[in-house]
Amino acid sequence: MADASTEAAIVQQIRSDYKYGFSDAEDYVFKSGKGLTRELIMQISRLKQEPEWMLDIRLKAFEVFKSKPMPTWGADLSGIDFDDIHYYVRPSEKAETNWDDVPEYIKNTFDKLGIPEAERKFLAGVSAQYESEVVYHSIREDLEKLGVIFLDMDGALRQFPEIVRQYFGTVIPMSDNKFAALNTAVWSGGSFIYVPEGVKVDIPLQAYFRINAQSMGQFERTLIITAPGSFVHYIEGCTAPVYSKDSLHAAVVELIALEGSKIRYTTIQNWSNNVYNLVTKRAKAFRNAAVEWIDGNLGSKITMKYPAIFLMEEGARGEVLSIAFAGKGQHQDAGAKMVHLAPHTSSTVLSKSISKDGGRASYRGLVKVLPKAENIRSNVRCDALILDPESRSDTYPTMDIGNQNVHIGHEATVSKVGDEQVFYLMSRGLSEDDAITMIVNGFFEPFTKELPLEYAVELNRLIKLEMEGSVG
Amino acid sequence: MSDPLLKIENLHVAVEGKQILRGLNLTVRPGEIHAIMGPNGSGKSTLSNALMGHPSYLVTSGTVTYKGQQIQELPADERARQGIFLAFQYPTAIPGVSLGNFLLAAVRNVRGAANVKPLEFRKELMACMKDLGIRQDFAGRYVNEGFSGGEKKRVEILQMAMLRPSLAILDETDSGLDIDALRIVAEGVNRQVTPEMGVLVITHYQRLLDYIKPDFVHVLVSGRIVQSGGPELALELEARGYDELLRTHGADAAPVVAGA
Ligand SMILES: Nc1ncnc2c1ncn2[C@@H]1O[C@H](COP(=O)(O)OP(=O)(O)O)[C@@H](O)[C@H]1O
Ligand SMILES: [Mg+2]
Repeated sequence: MADASTEAAIVQQIRSDYKYGFSDAEDYVFKSGKGLTRELIMQISRLKQEPEWMLDIRLKAFEVFKSKPMPTWGADLSGIDFDDIHYYVRPSEKAETNWDDVPEYIKNTFDKLGIPEAERKFLAGVSAQYESEVVYHSIREDLEKLGVIFLDMDGALRQFPEIVRQYFGTVIPMSDNKFAALNTAVWSGGSFIYVPEGVKVDIPLQAYFRINAQSMGQFERTLIITAPGSFVHYIEGCTAPVYSKDSLHAAVVELIALEGSKIRYTTIQNWSNNVYNLVTKRAKAFRNAAVEWIDGNLGSKITMKYPAIFLMEEGARGEVLSIAFAGKGQHQDAGAKMVHLAPHTSSTVLSKSISKDGGRASYRGLVKVLPKAENIRSNVRCDALILDPESRSDTYPTMDIGNQNVHIGHEATVSKVGDEQVFYLMSRGLSEDDAITMIVNGFFEPFTKELPLEYAVELNRLIKLEMEGSVG
Repeated sequence: MSDPLLKIENLHVAVEGKQILRGLNLTVRPGEIHAIMGPNGSGKSTLSNALMGHPSYLVTSGTVTYKGQQIQELPADERARQGIFLAFQYPTAIPGVSLGNFLLAAVRNVRGAANVKPLEFRKELMACMKDLGIRQDFAGRYVNEGFSGGEKKRVEILQMAMLRPSLAILDETDSGLDIDALRIVAEGVNRQVTPEMGVLVITHYQRLLDYIKPDFVHVLVSGRIVQSGGPELALELEARGYDELLRTHGADAAPVVAGA
């Protein structure tokens, strides 16, 4: 009995609930000690054989990171110990384009997660990141011939240094927030996508992020540029093993949608419950361009993530469609930012959250309209479903409207699972748990229906697992 | 005579601390159709909900025996799996859940997952929808969300057709239906009735009973059955109204000895 509460026993218990909770033995080419120093940053840059200008950016960002205080306006980040994190772990020598060349144990991990299988079935390209580096990437040949670039960020810096230099940090400056600065200092991996003018990538490109080591920091950096009239749908998924010590995931994602192009960026995040997930995502949409963030937040200990869209020029459209599931011990602090910089721009936010077993879901959003941005439309809707009295939901919407000639709507609802709904489903033979899960799936349906079928099925399965996690 | 399918004895049911059913007795044998009529608020839906196992409808005394077993303690899903079906007076909307997915889950739970093949299920569903005049695209619509009153009632009967119950309780299935829809729905019910099955038709009006012909008619007033008879009783009630019965048996009338 005495052992039941030991750390090992608890971790074991959590592991058996979380399907992705297995871990691999570590057999790495390079693993930094704990903590972050100027020397380590120089070493990372040297190992990557980066140009001098990138090292300069990193070192400057490191100073910004140190100078910025820990944000206190959102979730409780006091548990993060920056000295107790491995900032750079290189599992293999290079990103392979042939699956067979990926180290065996990493291959097994991704096999278990279904990665190459998914690629064969329905993806136009795949990238797989393990710890700090992308270990595998591929793209359909016909797309490559059309000039579509889909690389890991390090590879892009080597092969297309001028494009990277032109856009890197132009959407999210290093000084934006403490974690964006940290990412800029130690970034590694992530995806780089460039879609040439008029090219429409008909099926999704996918990246998969896996943290394996304990006390690991993953800092991928993603940059997507769509040239005029082009289209791409990018999907990312993430998981990590369960440890008693916390890991940190602080990504930066920058999107640039040039005139008349469209980017859809879908995230299905399912981190284990010991990951701090503090991600900065921002897009710029130019004339008649559209950006859609489809953001699914399951798992993690704390998530702070507010995908943003800057509507730069007339006719730009932005949409954030997000769900958050906050279970036991979790705080999902998620939301959206829409900044209307030009007239005749429009934005839509639909945020749906569920809290359960004492979990906490917060919506934090901003709609900002600059004085010259006339005739804009913005519509924000947040729905929260609270499954038990221990759980909590809050909304923190901010409106900063500098122009009178605008159409703005905001609506927020908080509800519980209705007894009559549960009874109705039970009268048709569903158990009480299945009935509640069905109601929850229905609540998330406006999100799920935007996903490719395979992901929708997977998401419903994950929600079912989350729902079962509480029973007993 | 065959064993009863359903035997309700001295049933007392309270809702939110209020006693609604006060000693109700009723026996339904396989193959029988019973109509229960009564004024608004007499407890008809309370009886339906209590038979289906709604947790807010508390059986304070008495028993409900179904296929030889007492079921008053069973949860609703267990009753559904044993073949009891309730067509609701006010079906609840389940946003985001498509009728097709909902019905697949329901049919799997009631008939057993192994017995339900998706393709055959689909064929059966489409056939049943056609019989009830429900457009095919309803399979993709969210359960009862934005349905008209009549559409809800049709879809209740569709569920009955798919779940193939042994005991069907139809709670005011006729309300909200125009005359054509009433005929289609009633024909749908009649098609499903088998010699093994029992049906409780709860209605306020006689007109449904022109289509679904009851073997017995009971009048429920203030939580008790105060009169029983053959189909002619329904016509009588239609002519007479409930006023007289309410005067003799209503809540203010002298108490009747329960179960006597
Ligand atoms: N869920 C409920 N909560 C509170 N009172 C109820 C509930 N259901 C029924 N009642 C009460 O019980 C009485 C009988 O209602 P009901 O069974 O719906 O009658 P009927 O279906 O015959 O019109 C009414 O006084 C009604 O207000
Ligand atoms: Mg009623």
